[in-house]
Amino acid sequence: MRDYETVIGLEVHVELATKTKIFCGCSTKFGVKPNVNTCPVCTGMPGALPVLNKQVVDYAIAVGLATNCDITRDCKFDRKNYFYPDNPQNYQISQLYLPICRNGHVEIETKDGKKDVRIHEIHMEEDAGKLVHDEWEDTSNVDFNRSGVPLIEIVSEPDMRSAEEVIAYLDKLRMTIAYLGASDCKLQEGSMRADVNLSVREKGSDKFGTRTEMKNLNSFKAIARAIEGERARQIDLIEEGKEVVQETRHWDDVKESSYAMRSKEDAKDYRYFPDPDLATIHISEEWIENIRANQPEMAPEKKKRYMEEFGLPEYDADILTLEKKMADMFEATTAICNKPKKVSNWLMVETMRLLKEQSMDAADIRFSPENLAKLIELADKGTINSSVAKEVFEVMFNDNIDPEAYVEEKGLATVSDTGELDAIIKKVIEENPKSVEDYKAGKKKAIGFLVGQTMKATQGKAAPNVVNQILTKYLDEA
Amino acid sequence: MAVVIDDEMIDYVGILAKLSLNEEERERAKHDMTEMLDYIDKLSELDTDNVEPMSHLSESVNVFREDVITNPDYHEETLSNAPERNEDYLVVPKTI
Ligand SMILES: [Zn+2]
Repeated sequence: MRDYETVIGLEVHVELATKTKIFCGCSTKFGVKPNVNTCPVCTGMPGALPVLNKQVVDYAIAVGLATNCDITRDCKFDRKNYFYPDNPQNYQISQLYLPICRNGHVEIETKDGKKDVRIHEIHMEEDAGKLVHDEWEDTSNVDFNRSGVPLIEIVSEPDMRSAEEVIAYLDKLRMTIAYLGASDCKLQEGSMRADVNLSVREKGSDKFGTRTEMKNLNSFKAIARAIEGERARQIDLIEEGKEVVQETRHWDDVKESSYAMRSKEDAKDYRYFPDPDLATIHISEEWIENIRANQPEMAPEKKKRYMEEFGLPEYDADILTLEKKMADMFEATTAICNKPKKVSNWLMVETMRLLKEQSMDAADIRFSPENLAKLIELADKGTINSSVAKEVFEVMFNDNIDPEAYVEEKGLATVSDTGELDAIIKKVIEENPKSVEDYKAGKKKAIGFLVGQTMKATQGKAAPNVVNQILTKYLDEA
Repeated sequence: MAVVIDDEMIDYVGILAKLSLNEEERERAKHDMTEMLDYIDKLSELDTDNVEPMSHLSESVNVFREDVITNPDYHEETLSNAPERNEDYLVVPKTI
């Protein structure tokens, strides 16, 4: 078989974190009853006038600047005309002729090193409503709550060559946009959606093959599988002497295969034209500079600062700055307890472990910096030992309890009354003559068993190092 | 580059606009659209070398609203416009 190269470009839709929709004062809040967040504008009633939400433009400029784009000084909206029940106006307001950002790039890093992925354009548009198909009736149910929620679509150049590069690119976009606070970028929840344009060609060729567009990719894993699947499908066609058809395909991640979506021969003729209801947008130098000056500190600068200001190892700084929420937790907790390395350890080890175990994102962290700081203090002062601290942490992770109150209520404080501990240790020594003998015969490891017995007798509330000390003293005296 | 409104074009426009026209309506539409295009062709006879291209109908620039929720729960009003409803949803013929 010939040697093939995969050529991939991405269209990424990101739902912006505004409070209201792009053209009306309806809330963008999720999880409410169907059609609660609607009005004549976002349901396309005749005569309703859309007015642009300024925050949408601010976010789009911020993302454009963070991805090294040129900002289009004079831009406008166009109507994309098509009929579909999730689109009440019979057109989607989008940008074709003068998208707000153009000619950008982001740097990605894979095991093969660093490379730039160019961004062709970023445009602003509105989301469609949601169709729920009725299983029993021959009907569909429509909910317009999502209709008019602001989106940006980020269109890359066909610069990626593997699933690994695609994931690195998506991760980079996700991190950048989350840092800006412009979106939470959750693939699973649909606030970030990626369509993959893919073609194959013989290695060394500079001509592009015919590409297909893959939709319905809801996780990084699904994207990786879809890329492998589509690459193989196209190569098979070419090897059999058949042609790849330019079409939109729907990925079925359960079957790990795709099918061509019903081709509507008329669907590609969207008859775009400038939306006469919306004023043009002029973006001044001042406006851009104002947003540039207010861009938050991004991951690379944060990482550098964590190493310099807090003396964290590069490894810690890397992991802590991966997700905005993690970095926020680190900074807020450190500001309270001033123990950066300890805070870092709790976040990198226990927090990461539990997040992974419960398939959660850093953005889903529920415990407060105040409570994490309290826990660190309790462990540091020796009020609780390290295994109790881990237990308390887990409860705090799940329910954001106040560790001080919890330790008090459950009586988890270390047995520090040496009188009480002395008595327990003496009893343990009495009850385990064999281990004592072993210890005296030079098997120093036998002390481990005695420490264990003592911990058991105190229900884990003693500090193991203190137990060890007292035990050693008695054994050596005896 | 005069566009000719022939039967094929009328069919295509009909598909895009989701209209089904009978024979008489087709002929009438053909006639109307040809007239409109002739009018546009007349405009291109004019000398527009020194006229700046118009990019937009309206002259207003930068009309914005702040990101503040102003609309109350409107689902009853929205649903009252639906030909059919199913609890809080609008009902439409099945689409895939
Ligand atoms: Zn609305």
